[in-house]
Amino acid sequence: MPEWEVVIGMEVHVQPKTRSKMFCGCAIAPLNAPPNSYVCEVCLGMPGVLPVVNRAAVEACLKTALALRCEIPRHTKFDRKNYMYPDLPKGYQISQYDLPMSRNGQLELNGRRVRIRRVHLEEDTGKLVHAGDKLHKAWESFVDLNRAGVPLMEIVSEPDLRSADEARDYAMGLRALLRTIGASEADMEKGQLRAEPNISIRRSGSQELGVKTELKNINSFRALHRAIGYEVARQREVLESGGHVVQETRGWSEDEQRTFSQRSKEFAEDYRYFPEPDLPPLELDPSWIEELRLALPELPAARHGRLVAQHGLPPGDAALISENRELADLFEGTVAAGAPARQAANWIVGEVAPTGKLPSAENLAELVRLVVEGGITRDQAKEVLIESVETGRTPAEIVAEHGYRQISDESELRVIAEAVIDANPKAVADYRSGKKQAIGVLIRDLTARAPQANRKVANELLVKLLG
Amino acid sequence: MSDGSDLTGLTIQEAGRLLRLGSVSAAELVTAHVARIERLDSHVKAFLRFTPELWEKQAEVADRRIRAGEAGPLTGIPIAVKDVLCVRGVETTAGSKILRGFKPPYTGTAVSRLFEAGAVMIGVTNCDEFAMGSSTENSGYFPTHNPWDLARVPGGSSGGSAAAVAAGEAMVALGTDTGGSIRQPAALCGVVGMKPTYGRVSRYGLIAFASSLDQIGPLARCVDDAAITLSLMAGHDPLDATSSERAGIEVLNNYDRGVKGMRLGVPREYFEVEGIEPGVKAAVDAALFILRREGAELVDVSLPHTDYGLAAYYIIAPAECSSNLARYDGVRYGMSEEDAPNVTEMYMETRRKGFGSEVRRRVMLGTYALSSGYYDAYYLKAQKVRTLIKRDFDLAFEKCDAIISATSPTVAFPIGSKTQDPLSMYLCDVLTLGGNLAGLPGISVPCGTSDGLPVGLQVLGPQWGENVVLRVARAYEQASGVKAEVAGVA
Repeated sequence: MPEWEVVIGMEVHVQPKTRSKMFCGCAIAPLNAPPNSYVCEVCLGMPGVLPVVNRAAVEACLKTALALRCEIPRHTKFDRKNYMYPDLPKGYQISQYDLPMSRNGQLELNGRRVRIRRVHLEEDTGKLVHAGDKLHKAWESFVDLNRAGVPLMEIVSEPDLRSADEARDYAMGLRALLRTIGASEADMEKGQLRAEPNISIRRSGSQELGVKTELKNINSFRALHRAIGYEVARQREVLESGGHVVQETRGWSEDEQRTFSQRSKEFAEDYRYFPEPDLPPLELDPSWIEELRLALPELPAARHGRLVAQHGLPPGDAALISENRELADLFEGTVAAGAPARQAANWIVGEVAPTGKLPSAENLAELVRLVVEGGITRDQAKEVLIESVETGRTPAEIVAEHGYRQISDESELRVIAEAVIDANPKAVADYRSGKKQAIGVLIRDLTARAPQANRKVANELLVKLLG
Repeated sequence: MSDGSDLTGLTIQEAGRLLRLGSVSAAELVTAHVARIERLDSHVKAFLRFTPELWEKQAEVADRRIRAGEAGPLTGIPIAVKDVLCVRGVETTAGSKILRGFKPPYTGTAVSRLFEAGAVMIGVTNCDEFAMGSSTENSGYFPTHNPWDLARVPGGSSGGSAAAVAAGEAMVALGTDTGGSIRQPAALCGVVGMKPTYGRVSRYGLIAFASSLDQIGPLARCVDDAAITLSLMAGHDPLDATSSERAGIEVLNNYDRGVKGMRLGVPREYFEVEGIEPGVKAAVDAALFILRREGAELVDVSLPHTDYGLAAYYIIAPAECSSNLARYDGVRYGMSEEDAPNVTEMYMETRRKGFGSEVRRRVMLGTYALSSGYYDAYYLKAQKVRTLIKRDFDLAFEKCDAIISATSPTVAFPIGSKTQDPLSMYLCDVLTLGGNLAGLPGISVPCGTSDGLPVGLQVLGPQWGENVVLRVARAYEQASGVKAEVAGVA
């Protein structure tokens, strides 16, 4: 069996955070808005209308390009990509062809560099809903143009990714970057980030690229990972059985967990690109670019490095925290307010991140201190955190009001421990016969009877009494 | 009060005086024009449709403004609008069957500005389909006739607008000019027609033919009327990224000062073009003589790339049109071939039936010119030629203030005489399309007749030089005594 190397390049479409569409004043439709309720004569492609560039979209694209360390030219322009399809109101998409907003960047990924070929701006198309399975077979089709004209940044990587893991990490890294700089919400489920991997495989050591397929319809990081895994296995099977991979676009079916052929690319479509005559070329003022560059926050990769080096966090915790600017700010604020770094990180990763509701750094620092100093139990602390986030009151106030405390005195716990042993003869018997895990039953019973009990002390006490 | 018979030959300024004096009302003025239309338009066929609900309301508002002493120069003036300019709720079809029944949900900027100025819209004028043509014979509905000789064409593509003004059916009309579509019909119908600098008038609401060449402009019976109308339409529009921040200034600056001391360029190449008629040449020579008598200095200039202009134009304009017309697919508005078995057939049948042969020809030419493998040889090369033509003009304007020539090599030609030979039709624009390729302002002003048919004098100016162009045209008009007359309709 030959060894195969996987080669993946990613095209990622990202909806920048803007109030209005790319070329008109229409607001961005919320999910599930009634069809064609966020449209005007411009995005409907009525006769006589003209596009006007959305400056906020240009700014988001430039910020993204800067964060990806791209080169930004003095001049950029828009081009028309011509093709007819019912979801494309003008019969062309305004995109960028030979003078994109930026080129030649990189994204740092687990200490490695993935080269970025270009980041450009374009407009989204509408959506078709078919009664029947696809356009040419449907007996009726409906066109919803709410999304038509929504701005999109297209971020194209070089084929530098070598596994499904890397491709997923790349997409997640992009999301973290985009959120950190505020360029996009980048929510995959909402279609704000759409990843389309180009996948080929080749024999290890070969320098030539194999025939690639492009995957579409992927709407989660998990699906991205699985789709690539499936596609790599499929291509390997084709090649190992003597066949050849067909260059094509394949869709990912979430229901069937497989890819299927959508459109052959053997005959490349001719899009007849030419410069958009309705939009003068954009002159990108270098002082504006410099202003945007200086205003960029610390990027996730740099912050990750700093969280590990400066605060001694494990790389996993550091990754989760640095991906989210608010969490990272909270972490550093909590540490600055006097909390030990590792414990602050534990609380953020374990309790804060899953809820998405952030306490103030001062309150979190106080909470961590209360736990570390043994004043309250971990379970109590969780209650305090929730209440503190909801009400904004300090943990000390909440602890005082509820009378929370932690019982660490063995003599106070002994009576309860003995009662627990009497009440659970089966668990006691199991424990004594060698099933050490049976102690869990006793601990649970004990903490139910005495929520303030210090678990560690209670555990030691039970072992002693049973032994 | 007036019986109306003498109200259809007025200039805007004359009419404005009568309106402000109260000797005539806006309602009477429009009624007089409607009466003339009823008498003549079954012969001329300048209009595709009329807008009584608009003119009634607008005339009423105009009369109220006039009584309140709030009238502007265009308040109460009856205008006609070419069928390529969107007016909310008024069927607008670009002279094409494919848009039959289409009522825009919005009004374009230029028309809106005239409405705000108090103009009263009478109706929609005929034109070549999507403004592609030089005779109005390519209209998807019917041809328009030249009021000077009903057997002849009015020129095009704004032939309906030119004929309406020439026949006294409207006091002023809006046209669009992509390669000469305002100036050439103005010349053939003996009226004034002006194409502004590219970016002077917003194109928002103009159904695009070729986006980088199209401009909206007025057709009128005298230079003053054209100047007034243009000044009210001009100005930057945030809805058109190609409209300039400079677009609001200088239109009327010193335009009534005469030509004394001005240097007028006479481009050799424009007097030697293929097919220029001796009568046209003679009329233009006579005009040059008058301008010199008025104190202008005539200087020889050269536009060496003139010969390549037509070829470049007929690549760039079709290329842009092939893309601009892709939206007419039968999905959202206009004609739709609903019985087609699938979407591709629906596209093809809708477009085959909806577009006329000239439009189909240009869509195919443009699609070809943009195709991969041909793009560099055609589109890119044509853009380079365009740059050279611009430079020709830049160099010429170092030696002169304005450039003088005939507008059209010929006078109005018989209906049907060029329809079988597209190339001979394309040659109608050979003297005008350079101004579009270079984005320059140009005007056509009547300069006498040849064999009883009107000849137009073209004045081209440098970018933003509308005032220069108007100044030369007005000086000639005053000195020559040649006035656009309301044609009698033979």
